[in-house]
Amino acid sequence: MPIKGLVFNIQRFSVHDGPGIRTTVFLKGCPLQCNWCHNPEGRKAVPEEVNGRQVGLWYDSHELMKELERDLIFYEDSGGGVTFSGGEPLSQAEFLAEMLGLCREAGIHCAVDTSGYAGKSTFRRLLGKPDLYLYDIKLMDPILHLKYTGVSNAEILDNLKYLSHCKEQVIIRIPMIPGITATLKNLEDIIRFLRGLGTITEVHLLPYHRLAEAKYRQFGVNPPVFASHEITPDEMEGYRSLFISAGFKLNLTE
Amino acid sequence: MNERIISLRHASTSATPRISAERAVLLTRFMQSQGAREEHTPIRRALAFKYILQHKEIFIQPGELIVGERGPSPQETPTYPEICLHSLQDLEILNSREKIPFAVDDGTRHIYEEEIIPYWRGGTIRERIFTELPQAWITAYEAGIFTEFLEQRAPGHTVLDDKIYRKGMIDFIRDIDLVRDNLDHKGDQGAPERCVELQAMRYAAEAIIMFAHRHASLLDEVASHESDPLRKAELVDMAEICRHVPAHAPLTFHEALQYYWFVHLGVITELNPWDSFNPGRLDQHLLPFYTRDLAQGRIDKERARELLQAFWIKFSNHPAPPKVGVTAKESNTYTDFALINLGGVRPDGSDAVNELTYLILDVIGEMRLLQPSSMIQVSKKNPDRFILGALKIIRTGFGQPSVFNTDTLIQQMLRQGKDIVDARSGGASGCVETGAFGKEAYILTGYFNLPKVLEITLNNGTDPRTGKATGIETGDPASFTSFDDLMKAYEKQLRYFADIKIAGNHIIEKIWAQHMPVPFLSLLTDDCINNGRDYNNGGARYNTRYIQGVGLGSITDSLTALKHHVFERKTGHMKDFLEVMRKDFDGHDEFRKMLTDETPKYGNDDDRADDVLREVFEIWFRAVDGRPTASGGVHRINLLPTTCHVYFGSVTGALPDGRRAWTPLSEGISPVQGADRKGPTAVLKSAAKIDHIRTGGTLLNMKFTPSFLRNDEGLLKLMQLIRSYFRMDGHHVQFNVVTAATLKKAKKNPGQYRDLIVRVAGYSDYFVDLTDELQDEIIRRTEHGEIDVSS
Repeated sequence: MPIKGLVFNIQRFSVHDGPGIRTTVFLKGCPLQCNWCHNPEGRKAVPEEVNGRQVGLWYDSHELMKELERDLIFYEDSGGGVTFSGGEPLSQAEFLAEMLGLCREAGIHCAVDTSGYAGKSTFRRLLGKPDLYLYDIKLMDPILHLKYTGVSNAEILDNLKYLSHCKEQVIIRIPMIPGITATLKNLEDIIRFLRGLGTITEVHLLPYHRLAEAKYRQFGVNPPVFASHEITPDEMEGYRSLFISAGFKLNLTE
Repeated sequence: MNERIISLRHASTSATPRISAERAVLLTRFMQSQGAREEHTPIRRALAFKYILQHKEIFIQPGELIVGERGPSPQETPTYPEICLHSLQDLEILNSREKIPFAVDDGTRHIYEEEIIPYWRGGTIRERIFTELPQAWITAYEAGIFTEFLEQRAPGHTVLDDKIYRKGMIDFIRDIDLVRDNLDHKGDQGAPERCVELQAMRYAAEAIIMFAHRHASLLDEVASHESDPLRKAELVDMAEICRHVPAHAPLTFHEALQYYWFVHLGVITELNPWDSFNPGRLDQHLLPFYTRDLAQGRIDKERARELLQAFWIKFSNHPAPPKVGVTAKESNTYTDFALINLGGVRPDGSDAVNELTYLILDVIGEMRLLQPSSMIQVSKKNPDRFILGALKIIRTGFGQPSVFNTDTLIQQMLRQGKDIVDARSGGASGCVETGAFGKEAYILTGYFNLPKVLEITLNNGTDPRTGKATGIETGDPASFTSFDDLMKAYEKQLRYFADIKIAGNHIIEKIWAQHMPVPFLSLLTDDCINNGRDYNNGGARYNTRYIQGVGLGSITDSLTALKHHVFERKTGHMKDFLEVMRKDFDGHDEFRKMLTDETPKYGNDDDRADDVLREVFEIWFRAVDGRPTASGGVHRINLLPTTCHVYFGSVTGALPDGRRAWTPLSEGISPVQGADRKGPTAVLKSAAKIDHIRTGGTLLNMKFTPSFLRNDEGLLKLMQLIRSYFRMDGHHVQFNVVTAATLKKAKKNPGQYRDLIVRVAGYSDYFVDLTDELQDEIIRRTEHGEIDVSS
């Protein structure tokens, strides 16, 4: 019996979740409750109906593999592959491990886009399976982290140390939320922590945009309200230069 | 652009297209003269050609570097009354129609009334065609099953190879004489006819030399009045060039361009061939001259750029000849489809991209002109830099250059039985049509309405729009018990119409061969001289007639909907479908929603739809491919629409895919507008399920948001998409880089968007010049970009 996973979206021609042209699989269910979440439909670990639309379908691993292999030729020509995102993909660790194994057999490059919030045993189990982690760091202050995401950051930082120690390929992603994560102090703290790890070379700063607000309304929830200002291009440039002068490679500006 | 080019460009783009009666008058006067008493048609045509070139007004514009115009001034367009005689009413329509008008002055009207109409009425090609075609053809034509390319414009659809850069007209005359002297008058029954044709070619070659010499004299005269010593020297040089070419093979870059231009004028003055003739592989032909001139210090890169820009403006000065009736609907544009090919492979199969390729790309990006159109031929052997260079122009959003797969073009030509070197030296012309340049007559004969045939099948042979028995009875669709029954009926009906079209093509081909030879175009096309046979009479090395299928997405989705709902899921009865289609879905919103939202669609890499696509392709292919033409050629298919999907849509009622009556069909091989929902890779995968190698061209449109291509990362990904599509044998893809929001604004305020250029179908056009329906259709095309749902 192939294992089943709960998927709420399969996005082909995904171009911001790792190198090349990719297909991103969004696994449903997330232990975090980030205030700014772009994918509120990925939170609950059960299928649900939103505005008459079914969100969340059970796929067995072979079925899903067939979908992922559809764009094989594009992965090959672009140096792309598959990204498992969510929700939190590590919440469906068994299914994820199975999929990573199948992708490896098929010669498909795999990235895992994670919040890092999972037991260490989960990371241990996946060791060597993904080609790349896209690893979110949000807030260094443990209290603020708890406040805005609903969970502590201790495990997240600890797991990152573990991946770093095991020499896994990791790109750090930081959602730039005005007044929350995008503060000088938080970013400087992150830089200090990353430099301490010694293995991280690349960081992606993800601009916050308001695309998700309509989604919140669909879920009957009010969209989050942040500091009134948006990050200006000048501010963004300032934040970027912090990372550049600390020696990190950054993603392109959008 | 320097001042000279800016001012020439302005003169070209600001002039109003207008009708010139000059050619019509000269031709009519010639026909009433002694020369026209010549009994042999080819010679009469050659002498008419010479007469026009001898008497037409010529002029040199201030600052011009390449000289010669088809009309008496830029944007002035001659008529061809021997083919299509415009009535006074036609002239009035041309003058006053909202889109693609041509100004007609009183003098032109008067001379038409007094001289042109009385002389030509009853004797034109158009009248012969409509008189000789059988009733079944007329019925199908009037129903909008197919169109006819050759009722207003001449067969052309060809592109020049490298021969003029090696040979002068004097050399061609020598070749002609050699063949003529060796004709076997005893053993060869056709010898007298060949002798006449060769003589006609000889006259035509002499005529073009004379035409160049007229320009040389005028240049001398202008030079003698010129006070600026630099310009004076330039004019004297140009006079020298016009004395040397086209009589002799060109020696310099400037001569090569001027030679081609005289040849171009010759071809489009002789007749009004479809898909304006063009130099084809320009970066290949000009390279030896460029390299030599640079090495010898004759020109530098900037002078070469300026000459190319001046050359571009010459194309821009020539709108497509005016079209009326159905022909205006199927090809509603000033663009005349001269398509410059860049890149590809050399005759020996190696990478053909060179430094001139990049210079010409610069010129395209800088000139931003609709004409000439441009494309890149991409082989697996070409470097990424070449594609990225082209994408940087595409990103600016004017639809050029379009992108073709050289490796597929070559395979298509090999399948058609062409020599490998001829195939490598060829390319695509017009919109997307594959051809062996300089050696093939590949004539487009008309568009074919694939969904309309289904509509008639579902009405058992009757066209519901008119109530007329238009097709054949293929059975009451309610009696079909399987999808297979439906497909058999559809194939039978399609065969019936394809047979009518092909039989019509035979009649039309013979009319052209007999009444309208083209000795000048013939002497330029291998092997017309050796065969002593005219281009319009099968003289070329390869002779192909294309029929272009339209609405592939619409027919696929329509058949898929019936398969899915009637025969598989049983979620709808055939009778329900017929009923709601008859009502154009009025009062059946739920049913229509099921069709648009809960039915597999082509363009999503979904085999439930794409398998039907494959079946439709086979039916269309079997009906046409390999069937002989009148003069020893072969029929082939391709899949492109120009603007015909709008016209065909306007005669086609509601379809089972949820499309409402009289709205545009899908264009080219693109999915139905808005039906593709899984992004560009899924579109390309679906499109690649067509067997492109067995066509003579397919057309795929894609729209990307400007933000996706803003940075180099986006460009790189687009290049990778193209590489993958081509690895799957895709033939062609073209891009619109503009947001739907911008297009909507432009539709509302055309005055502010006068210069907004979009890709239509195989060509670019000013958005504001498009009809309302076409504007809406382009707005509806799916836009691909970054879809951020992650993190």
